[in-house]
Amino acid sequence: MEKPIFDFGINTTRRHFLSKLSLGLGSAALGSLLIPDLFKGGGGDAGVDELMAGLPHFAPKAKRVIYLFQNGAPSQLDLFDYKPMLNKMHGQDLPESIRGTQRLTGMTANQAKFPLAGSIFNFKQHGKSGAWMSELLPHMASIADDLCIIKTLNTEAINHDPALTFFQTGAQVGNRPSFGSWLSYGLGSENQNLPGFCVLLSRGKGNGQGVYSKLWTNGFLDSVHQGVQFSSGENPVLYLNDPDGMDRTQRRKMLDNLAELNQGTYNEFGDPEITAKVQQYEMAFRMQTAVPEITDMSKEPESIVKMYGPECLVPGTYAANCLLARKLSEQGVRFVQLYHQGWDSHGGLPTEIKGQCMDVDQASAALITDLKQRGLLDETLVIWGGEFGRTNYCQGTLTKDNYGRDHHPRAFTVWMAGGGVKPGIVYGETDEFGYNIVKDPVHVHDFHATILNQLGLDHEKLVFKHQGRRYRLTDVAGKLVKGIIA
Amino acid sequence: MKRNFLLLAVITGVIAFLAVSCFKKNGTLQTKSGDGPVSYNFDIRPILSDKCYACHGPDAKKREAGLRLDVAESAYAKLKDGKGYAIFPGKPEQSEVYKRITSVDPSYQMPTPESHLGLLNENEIGLVKKWIEQGAKYEKHWAFTTPVLPAVPEVSSEDWPKNEIDHFVLQKMEGVGLSPNEEADKSHLLKRVALDLTGLPPTVEMQKKFEADGGEKAYEKIVDELLAQKTYGEKMAIYWLDVARYADSYGYQDDEYRTQWPWRDWLINAFNKNLSYDQFLSWQIAGDMLPNANKEQVLATAFFRNHKYTEEGGVIPEEYRIEYNIDKTKTFSTGVLGLTVECAQCHDHKYDPISQEDYYRMFAFFNNSKEQGFEGDISRTKPAKMPVMTISDEEAKTLLKFINRPDTSKLMVSVLGDLDTLRPTHILNRGVYDAPGRVVTAAALPAVMKFDTIKLPQNRLGLAKWTTSKSNPLTARVFVNQIWQEFFGRGIVKSTGDFGMQGDLPTNPALLDWLAVDFMNHGWDIKRLVKQIVTSATYRQSAKITEEKLKADPDNIYLSHGPRYRLPAELVRDMVLSTSGLLNPKIGGPSVKPYQPKGLWEAATSGRGTLRTYQQDRGDALYRRGMYTFIKLTVPPPSMIIFDASNRDHCEIKRSKTNTPLQALVMLNDPTVLEASRVLAERMIVKSADVQANIRASFQRIVCRQPTEKEMKLLTEYYNSEASTFSKDKKHAFKVLNVGEYPHEPKVNEVQAAALMRVINALYNMEETITKS
Repeated sequence: MEKPIFDFGINTTRRHFLSKLSLGLGSAALGSLLIPDLFKGGGGDAGVDELMAGLPHFAPKAKRVIYLFQNGAPSQLDLFDYKPMLNKMHGQDLPESIRGTQRLTGMTANQAKFPLAGSIFNFKQHGKSGAWMSELLPHMASIADDLCIIKTLNTEAINHDPALTFFQTGAQVGNRPSFGSWLSYGLGSENQNLPGFCVLLSRGKGNGQGVYSKLWTNGFLDSVHQGVQFSSGENPVLYLNDPDGMDRTQRRKMLDNLAELNQGTYNEFGDPEITAKVQQYEMAFRMQTAVPEITDMSKEPESIVKMYGPECLVPGTYAANCLLARKLSEQGVRFVQLYHQGWDSHGGLPTEIKGQCMDVDQASAALITDLKQRGLLDETLVIWGGEFGRTNYCQGTLTKDNYGRDHHPRAFTVWMAGGGVKPGIVYGETDEFGYNIVKDPVHVHDFHATILNQLGLDHEKLVFKHQGRRYRLTDVAGKLVKGIIA
Repeated sequence: MKRNFLLLAVITGVIAFLAVSCFKKNGTLQTKSGDGPVSYNFDIRPILSDKCYACHGPDAKKREAGLRLDVAESAYAKLKDGKGYAIFPGKPEQSEVYKRITSVDPSYQMPTPESHLGLLNENEIGLVKKWIEQGAKYEKHWAFTTPVLPAVPEVSSEDWPKNEIDHFVLQKMEGVGLSPNEEADKSHLLKRVALDLTGLPPTVEMQKKFEADGGEKAYEKIVDELLAQKTYGEKMAIYWLDVARYADSYGYQDDEYRTQWPWRDWLINAFNKNLSYDQFLSWQIAGDMLPNANKEQVLATAFFRNHKYTEEGGVIPEEYRIEYNIDKTKTFSTGVLGLTVECAQCHDHKYDPISQEDYYRMFAFFNNSKEQGFEGDISRTKPAKMPVMTISDEEAKTLLKFINRPDTSKLMVSVLGDLDTLRPTHILNRGVYDAPGRVVTAAALPAVMKFDTIKLPQNRLGLAKWTTSKSNPLTARVFVNQIWQEFFGRGIVKSTGDFGMQGDLPTNPALLDWLAVDFMNHGWDIKRLVKQIVTSATYRQSAKITEEKLKADPDNIYLSHGPRYRLPAELVRDMVLSTSGLLNPKIGGPSVKPYQPKGLWEAATSGRGTLRTYQQDRGDALYRRGMYTFIKLTVPPPSMIIFDASNRDHCEIKRSKTNTPLQALVMLNDPTVLEASRVLAERMIVKSADVQANIRASFQRIVCRQPTEKEMKLLTEYYNSEASTFSKDKKHAFKVLNVGEYPHEPKVNEVQAAALMRVINALYNMEETITKS
């Protein structure tokens, strides 16, 4: 059976497919948001054959991802990677033997000294694994047994833009498809009324770095795979709301008339794109009901509000986005991407990080607990982390209780939960200065390869041929991190 | 997951069934028939390139077993292990290649299972076998040979062709038993050509005039008229703005404002004055180096300076200076040469004969710029980065009078300008800025055409001359193909940006070469080329798709019917504004900020810079053409992106064409569309209360044809039912009309206006309205 499929794959087009099938197959086949893009339109080069080879590549452990991106780079040394040596040597220079050849950003490269800065926050061990966490994260600490804490993420970029882009697209530069777009392309959506890849933004009070829509771009994949940004404004999805004075009955009537007009055009031209257009209007109509239902927090029971914290009722906050992420994910949205800005503490770190943790600690933990109580944690992979870590030495003036930290790409902490990763473990080790990795490094490409694996995708096989080259999320690298897979 | 498996299984089953049935029928159209010689270029190279070259191709570092299959000498030579030959011309059974591609032993077969490249199918194996039997002859890659003017083929239906293009097209059609459609009816043809040439639908006056003109030359006259309009330059500029990754901000994290728009105004003017393509390129590549270069020529070089520019504190300047030059190299190679060379930034190209050294020699042309990698963070921002050209009021009134701005004080543009001394260019190991290797000098890609350092200076001027030489095998082919794509929706070479070995083969190579050579022989005259295309019988065919044609040729590769495509993003907006009478026809000037959903810029900003909040424009700036909508790179205009516009992050030569629910939502709810519906309705109602006449007139403006009786009946009933709803509640009508900042017509009957507005809004949402057909 594989042979004819292969042939068909390279010889067909979306138009052809539609003309043969979908007039009868109904809305299912027409929602490009629903099925993988097996039947590409005019744009892009065919990448169909590989995809047709059968997806997912093997039985998946996770069906969906929620990525809680901590934009700006939280300090692993004040949250997870406990290093008493830094307190001991507080104010002393980072030994050159440790710093090695690491390139530094222009912000600290010219500093005469690199004084080590111990965290002012208290650390304790939590859960069965005895994971160290600081006092800033009491809620996360309480679910330590659900977390898989990786202390040895590392990246190549030293500035925000390329580092973020690297995490989200697998390359530091270039208009590559983002992670969520790859999943939408590879696995499609489970829900007919919602996009397969949703993006939610929030901002803390700490020093912020912008986000960019290229982080959820479809790149060279069809634009149906682009992340759809939800907003806390009056339109939860762009252009979703009908204008004033247009109720549902009137909208329905208009669409019925429109469908009839379009049918006339179809009768004359026979172009299957016309029928597809009618179906897209129908999906738009359904989205207009489905999206407001899902973004409406007013019906959430008190127990949920208590769990996520009162802020979850304030649209646009991190807590509200966590709750929304759970609801979207529950409805089958493949990839929910959150960004919380404000972690870029080059100075005044102790104050800034306190505020950031207030924003995210309770809601992040609540999301895990909530998924778990609904029986969804097993099939949902939750990821928490930033684009790099922060230095063990101080940027700017070091005092007893104030310091700043520059960007540190060599080792930083990210945690995962659910989705077939081992719960309650700490993976990887850094040296006593928290500067270099001494055991089990996890490069960004490895991280991507492993997440794809949890979703039943072989990162070497999930490819798209564009301008003569087969592209992958993991470029030409990436190894499975077997030690974290349950 | 179950559900997905199930769905996949159902689809797979249906496809398998279909595949068998239509593949048999289509066999003759899609694959080569059994007889005749096998062509290396057209039949074999695509297979070898896709399945073998990754490990047995040009990349010396990745080469396995020392075997190279992309050059004959190496493929024919005795294998390194001494056991036989990879390819033994004439004897497939003695050729290791054939033995391995037909093997079922995973440890022996090629491609290896680990490569994930997939095995060859039966058809491919058959071709390779026959090719070896026929002597395994290698040929130079078709796109790297200088095109020669092919003879115009004879065809049997001699009365159909209107010019040479049609001979080439018809010959192909006849070869597979297809015949062309009839000519499109006048209204569809006029809408198609007006949109293609000016980006705007024909006015009602133009429609009436064309309809009434029964003369033989009526169509040609209208084409000439359209080509002479200033809107022609705007339409042509749109695709080049994608190539040029034009934007109004710097990109990267703080994404501050910059002023490259005077270059965009130059571009529109260049198309309108019909600057020949060789000069068009020469000025943009090396306008600053031309003898006695004037300011217009220098301004043209801003093309290469539209790349992003970082203002993020703490970056390492050299890293970014290199990045900008990589971007320029990419823009040149993809946009002008139709090649993807980025691979060679880190290693020898895996498919095309482009080495890492070749790459950095080309990179070297751009590496001698006065440009810096970083000029300070956003607190020290300027609207242009070194080298900069300033424009005085005097210049804007004379030489640069296409720049649309009365006050040019402080107007500056980033342009090209070289150092007086030569900055050495290194091969960068792994493509990394801080791993410099050997020093190289500037030269263009030898695989394409020799760069003769005796005749050509080793700077951008030399590059411009090399590029626009009539012997260059790519420049003209790539351009005519791009223009073809503009009109037919897909290029003769489908992979517009990849004419290399992994790219698609031309569906009609003789036509491509004829167009390219004819174009060069007639002075690289762009308007002439465009006219040739739109006056061909091929272009003028009806877009109706019969069941038979859809089955036989679903992609319309053989062009047996006219093009039928949804309009590009900018033109969707233009369609709405122009047919409602709202369009502000001003050409050029700084970009504008029309209605945009609230909070988008604010949600994504770092909080720094003048673009942290969206300051919407007022008055007639709200009604400019789509191409003037302000492009902030980190948050490009959403209604454009939803309709597949480029995000301008990189050079792009082709947009995808999707059909999504978000597009439906834009047409239904974007205040731009609603306001246009309202304004047109009010204007109509004020002039006349004749419902039928108003609907008919709106239809003709918007859909660009007369409505059928059935359509009239449906729309009239819709009008009546809406009017009866609104007449029960006038406040409701007022609410509906209350959209947009454009002033209301005084003394308008609100019930009638609201009902007509609903009808017009439905017209804007018709598939046909935003489709050229």
